[in-house]
Amino acid sequence: MKPPPFDYLRANSVDEAVAMLAEQGDDARIIAGGQSLVPMLNMRLMRPEVLVDIGKLEETRYIRKSHGSVEIGASTTQGEVMDWDELDATLPLVAKAFPHIGHFQTRNRGTVCGSITHADPSSELPLCLAVLGGEVTLQSSQGARTVSAGDFQQGLLTVDKEADEMTVMVSFPVAQSGEGYAFQEFAHRHGDFAVVAVAAKVTGDSIRLGVGGVADRPEVRQWGLLEGDALDDALNEFAWEMGGSDDIHASARHRRELVRHLGREAVADARQEAGI
Amino acid sequence: MPQFAVPEHAEEGKFVGRRITRVENITLLKGKGQFVDDLPTKKGTAEVAILRSPHAHAEVVSIDYSDALALPGVFAVITGEDMLAETDPMIVGFENPIDYRGVALDKVRYVGEPVAVIAARDRYTAEDAMDLVKVEYKVLKPVIDPVEAAKPEAPLIHTKGDSNCVSRRTFTHGEPDDAFAAAKRTNEITIRYPRNSITPMETYAVIAEHMEETGGFDVTSNFQGPFSVHTVMAMALRIRTSALRHHSPTNSGGSFGSKLTIFPYVVVMCVLARKAGRPVKWIEDRLEHLSSANSAPNRVTRIEAAYDDDGIVSALRMEHWDDHGAYLRAPMPAPIYRMHGVSTNGYDIRHLEVVNNIMITNKCPTGAVRGFGGPQLYFAVERMMQVIATELGIDPLEMLRRNLIKAEQFPYKAIAGALIDSGDYHRTVDETVDQGGLEELKKRRDAARAEGKLYGIGYAACVEPSQSNMGYISTLKTGLERERAGPKDGAVATVTVSVDALGSVNVIGDSVPQGQGHQTTLSQIVADELGLRPHDVVVTLDTDTAKDGWSIAAGNYSCRFAPASCSAAHEAAVKVRTKMARIAATTLNVGVDEIEFTKGKIHAKSNPDNAVPFYRVGGLAHWSPSSLPDEMDPGLRETSHWNAPELTPTTANDEINTSLAYGFGFDFCGVEIDPKTGQVRVDKYVSAHDCGTILNPGLAEGQIRGSYVAAIGATLMEEFKYNEEDGSFLSGTFAEYLVPTAPEVPELTLIHPTPNPSPYTRLGAKGIAEGNQYTTPVCMANAVADALGRKDVSTPLTPSKVFEWLHDTEMQPKGATPPAPAKGKGQAIEGVGETLVPASPQEVWNILLDPEKMANVIPGCHELTEVGSNAYEAVVTLGVGPVKGKFDAKINLTDLDEPKSVTLSGTAQGTLGSSSGSGSVTLEAADGGTRVSYTYEVHLSGKVAAVGGRMVRGAARHLIDRFFKALVRQAGGEDDGGGGKRGLFRRGGS
Amino acid sequence: MTKMERAGRYPVEFNLNGEPVDGFASPRMLLSDFLRHEIGATGTHVGCEHGVCGVCTVKVDGKAVRSCLMFAVQAEGAEIETIEGMAEADGSFSALQEAFHQNFALQCGYCTPGVLMSLSEFLGRNPDPTEDEVKVALSGNICRCTGYHEIVQAAMDAAKAIREGAA
Ligand SMILES: Cc1cc2nc3c(=O)[nH]c(=O)nc-3n(C[C@H](O)[C@H](O)[C@H](O)COP(=O)(O)OP(=O)(O)OC[C@H]3O[C@@H](n4cnc5c(N)ncnc54)[C@H](O)[C@@H]3O)c2cc1C
Ligand code: FES
Ligand code: FES
Repeated sequence: MKPPPFDYLRANSVDEAVAMLAEQGDDARIIAGGQSLVPMLNMRLMRPEVLVDIGKLEETRYIRKSHGSVEIGASTTQGEVMDWDELDATLPLVAKAFPHIGHFQTRNRGTVCGSITHADPSSELPLCLAVLGGEVTLQSSQGARTVSAGDFQQGLLTVDKEADEMTVMVSFPVAQSGEGYAFQEFAHRHGDFAVVAVAAKVTGDSIRLGVGGVADRPEVRQWGLLEGDALDDALNEFAWEMGGSDDIHASARHRRELVRHLGREAVADARQEAGI
Repeated sequence: MPQFAVPEHAEEGKFVGRRITRVENITLLKGKGQFVDDLPTKKGTAEVAILRSPHAHAEVVSIDYSDALALPGVFAVITGEDMLAETDPMIVGFENPIDYRGVALDKVRYVGEPVAVIAARDRYTAEDAMDLVKVEYKVLKPVIDPVEAAKPEAPLIHTKGDSNCVSRRTFTHGEPDDAFAAAKRTNEITIRYPRNSITPMETYAVIAEHMEETGGFDVTSNFQGPFSVHTVMAMALRIRTSALRHHSPTNSGGSFGSKLTIFPYVVVMCVLARKAGRPVKWIEDRLEHLSSANSAPNRVTRIEAAYDDDGIVSALRMEHWDDHGAYLRAPMPAPIYRMHGVSTNGYDIRHLEVVNNIMITNKCPTGAVRGFGGPQLYFAVERMMQVIATELGIDPLEMLRRNLIKAEQFPYKAIAGALIDSGDYHRTVDETVDQGGLEELKKRRDAARAEGKLYGIGYAACVEPSQSNMGYISTLKTGLERERAGPKDGAVATVTVSVDALGSVNVIGDSVPQGQGHQTTLSQIVADELGLRPHDVVVTLDTDTAKDGWSIAAGNYSCRFAPASCSAAHEAAVKVRTKMARIAATTLNVGVDEIEFTKGKIHAKSNPDNAVPFYRVGGLAHWSPSSLPDEMDPGLRETSHWNAPELTPTTANDEINTSLAYGFGFDFCGVEIDPKTGQVRVDKYVSAHDCGTILNPGLAEGQIRGSYVAAIGATLMEEFKYNEEDGSFLSGTFAEYLVPTAPEVPELTLIHPTPNPSPYTRLGAKGIAEGNQYTTPVCMANAVADALGRKDVSTPLTPSKVFEWLHDTEMQPKGATPPAPAKGKGQAIEGVGETLVPASPQEVWNILLDPEKMANVIPGCHELTEVGSNAYEAVVTLGVGPVKGKFDAKINLTDLDEPKSVTLSGTAQGTLGSSSGSGSVTLEAADGGTRVSYTYEVHLSGKVAAVGGRMVRGAARHLIDRFFKALVRQAGGEDDGGGGKRGLFRRGGS
Repeated sequence: MTKMERAGRYPVEFNLNGEPVDGFASPRMLLSDFLRHEIGATGTHVGCEHGVCGVCTVKVDGKAVRSCLMFAVQAEGAEIETIEGMAEADGSFSALQEAFHQNFALQCGYCTPGVLMSLSEFLGRNPDPTEDEVKVALSGNICRCTGYHEIVQAAMDAAKAIREGAA
């Protein structure tokens, strides 16, 4: 379990990083926190020719509020965001999701942007981003572009990002008063990837529910303020639309039931928080 | 620095029985432990990587490692050919058709089997070289289930034999047929015990060097024993046993049985070291460990009981299919035979029939795992007891009480031969019930049930054997075969105590500790005998077979330490004491009977002032042999080779006293099941173990708590999973093979019952380390059975499994029709789909049959060559997102019905693993184009299957999706570049 | 920008337990291997090399991280702490080590270096934790020998001792 050989480039600026990506194309990969990348390298599941390290980039180490969003830069770690004292007030959903993400030791290095770019279908942060309708900002030597969360994550470990692009920041819309949020997860052990994770946002007239761990990316549905059987039916349809598959951690049928069950709980919690 | 109170370090009295803190901690807590990979190696030592089979069952057609050998920094490569030329098979205790040499010879028989072994300047380079070895396989059908493997139509794994059942023996003790015929009632269940292991945190490690002067080898490894296997290694290497010098280091990072089966790797590394012309070091990595190191045998047991209306059991019948995977490695199939003598557990059952089928399947070979045969056996017996109680409406605890051996029956000769030394089972149960609060728990259950909750209580009792009889494995042979082979019995433990010229005390021994604190315990025992303090006694337990006293039973397994090593230490210390007492008696001019040892002094009992310092007597033995009493040898070094006469050979009627001392464990627990999630929540868990004399409560409690956590893992989450169809291994990382961490472990209420010391061990101690391995899985299974009113329960009690037990039906969708249920076992990746291609069926057909066009359609295809009619070879890069690998693919088109349908089948093999699959494609004219419908089935094996857990299925679908999208594009259509067409690719039933 | 070629070996310097150390590493060399085999600091162990077991945990700039998921070249200039630097200056056990000693919180001791490094950061941030908080903090460290119970007790005792020592 030792990584294959690669050239290593430490970028001192975003411009440098994207210039390197432009030069190396598909053979280069960004390394941010390394918490997903290095296990894959150690198992030789991938063989990049070049690693471009952005972990120490000061330029992208920020959490800032801007235009009703919280923007998190590419080298900001999950731990730094979790410790941010405005997190609960601005991004209550993300605050609720964080304790489920790995362990404090992995959060000490793993980045928020890295998790979202890695696009594991069971990951909590891409799920939150999808439910909140956030955005991802990509940059290449040609310029920058912004993609909505729904468009960014296309499938299993697959995102709308060209090889010469780097995720420079993600932005999460700030919670408004009157909204309620809930996060529910079923995992086998503390810190494991979710078997099923459910994130809910409730406003005065809508329920927005996202599910991770069932389809090959987080799926989101938005309904009116459904209740009782109507909500159960909606959750059931949602579960069947995602389908899910059997693997060694859970059966598809079990996953669908978890969607129904956790979905109900999450909606109830979020409604309660919203006071609706 | 803050100080903690240390009451137990008082300077007086005896140390055995007290909570003495561990001397081992002094180095370990400072990061100065000496584990194999911490030791200095000779300059030029090569590091080793092992290429392993991605297939469960395949012929090895060819191996080409020339590119690997050509890589700078690579010193040597060996394969099965070298092993065939330079070694003999590693034997087990009976004749069988298996030729096992540690590296695959003609066939691979499990995922993870070594195929080529590479020595290079460092592990990084060795792994680079590994990627350059080309192996061609011809895949064979595997067999995974042990009962299936016994059928005549099953693929034969070792073709020199005629069955995958390599040993079948029937044992009859008492008159089981009569008892069953006479019984008022009988009942039968079948249990399936899964595969698991306690995966130590330190993996296997071997350093080997060829020694020209002896023609043998010097090896350092974290092998745990039994040292009987030393003989197996030397014989395989075709050398004298004395020329195989084995060292085990001071520290080993846990074993739990696992490090027994390092020995095949020792043999392999020796051969590699000789070929490389330098020492080699192999540190197993975690992926290797999980797929290929070790596993407890999984077992299917059909158990039948005969009993009366009161639940008094008169007879048991059991047939076991004990699944040992692809090869037998000595001393396998020991676990099942180690428990033979206690087949009736702690019950007074006088008639027994046991049929043991030793099965070979395409899984990792088995080895020792803490509990060693016990969890499998007791799961069957204790489930049976609960099933009977339920049938008769008797309280399960009352059922146990009625059948348990009574205090006055000890020592109790069990019908299969165990001489159960001591115990008071009813008292232990009563104490546990009282102190553990069973009544309160029952109230909690009733209250929970009144609220409609799924709550159950389970019980389990177990006899805990310790110190194995080296003769038990011979029980597998017939009486006649045993007679021919000569008697096998006993279990010798060796400890040496010496006192040097300044009176300081050294102890060495053969217990090969794996973290249990043996140094501390032995220092307590020896200090007590010699009137010293534990820290006056230096205990050194790294071993060197060339210098140390050891015998075949040496090692760390089957709870051998407390009964055997401690007895040997005690005996050796008594010998030293006796000798010193004789010397002191002369000096002090009193009778030997008058001599006492206290606080560093040797003195007359009646007159403590008539004393000589301990060190002075030590000095005399070295400095002045002439002043020693008559005929006394000079020096002070006494070795005990301790053996227990109770460990007798197997009788003609196959009765065997499998172990020397037998503790007793009793557990009960309350569980609640969440019907929504299937999660089993342990409300309360109570456990009691009577292990005779407790030598050090801190260490003893550590063993119980550690065993409990391991057992919680085995009960709730741990299992080595295999795909039943293709034999691929699915639990290859610590994210797939789940072991408990701190938050998952339910609180343990530990009861300290009145001890019943063993009359057969010198200190009355019995083993303590395995108890919860025996009780916890079945105790919780009984609780779950109670909660669900269910007869058929198995571990691990994973949420999905329990969920499926609870719910037969699922809420159906209103809109879409639900996917068809998977056919077969649903273990392959299966799917169906269709897509519309804007071309005529003939045009689509032409693409499928045109190599150049196909090259554009197959995802990641670099080159495609036609190698025969409708047969292609291709090099493809496959993967999702960043996960990618190069594969050599072979594709065949069959069942051609132009331009209507065709079957594509093929295989792909690369460093990520291997894949085989087939798909049938049907073309139909529709909407001015062609409707392409397809069904596919894909098998993945090797690395991706083992580590890909949550994602491989999605990944395979993703690739098939890409194939058809490319087909649309090639046929002149527009690929919509994203999710748009996804609806067409409806998921299959998997 | 700094560029390192795959085949090269590059000097790496950092402070290990307050002392400067240096060695050479190819870009792909894991920090865990570098510590153990280049520097010779074998107190840090390796258990899985895929981030799950926590055995290799060290502190980098005060934060507990997996040394198997970092490359040595990424540690350039860092302050690294390992088990070897835990004891007091006079060689006696620190409060955490002493609590482990008294509570039988280690058996084989293979997981212990990582557990200690995790707890060292955790107790620094949360000097008065509940048992449940300790358990969650330990969820990234697998121990196969102990019952965890002993480790949790040791952490509670150490927290208390540190609080009292600081008071
Ligand atoms: C033991 C363990 C448990 C874990 N548990 C969870 C869990 O429960 N939930 C969960 O969500 N995650 C979990 N993780 C994964 C963790 O959250 C990762 O940190 C995260 O997924 C990736 O972030 P990173 O900064 O480490 O990215 P890296 O590992 O450095 O990179 C991951 C991928 O994203 C790419 N990438 C990263 N950053 C950028 C960027 N700025 N621009 C372009 N590409 C980029 C990389 O090239 C790589 O392909 C766990 C990890 C471990 C080791
Ligand atoms: S070795 Fe690093 S987490 Fe296991
Ligand atoms: S003490 Fe052995 S793994 Fe923790």
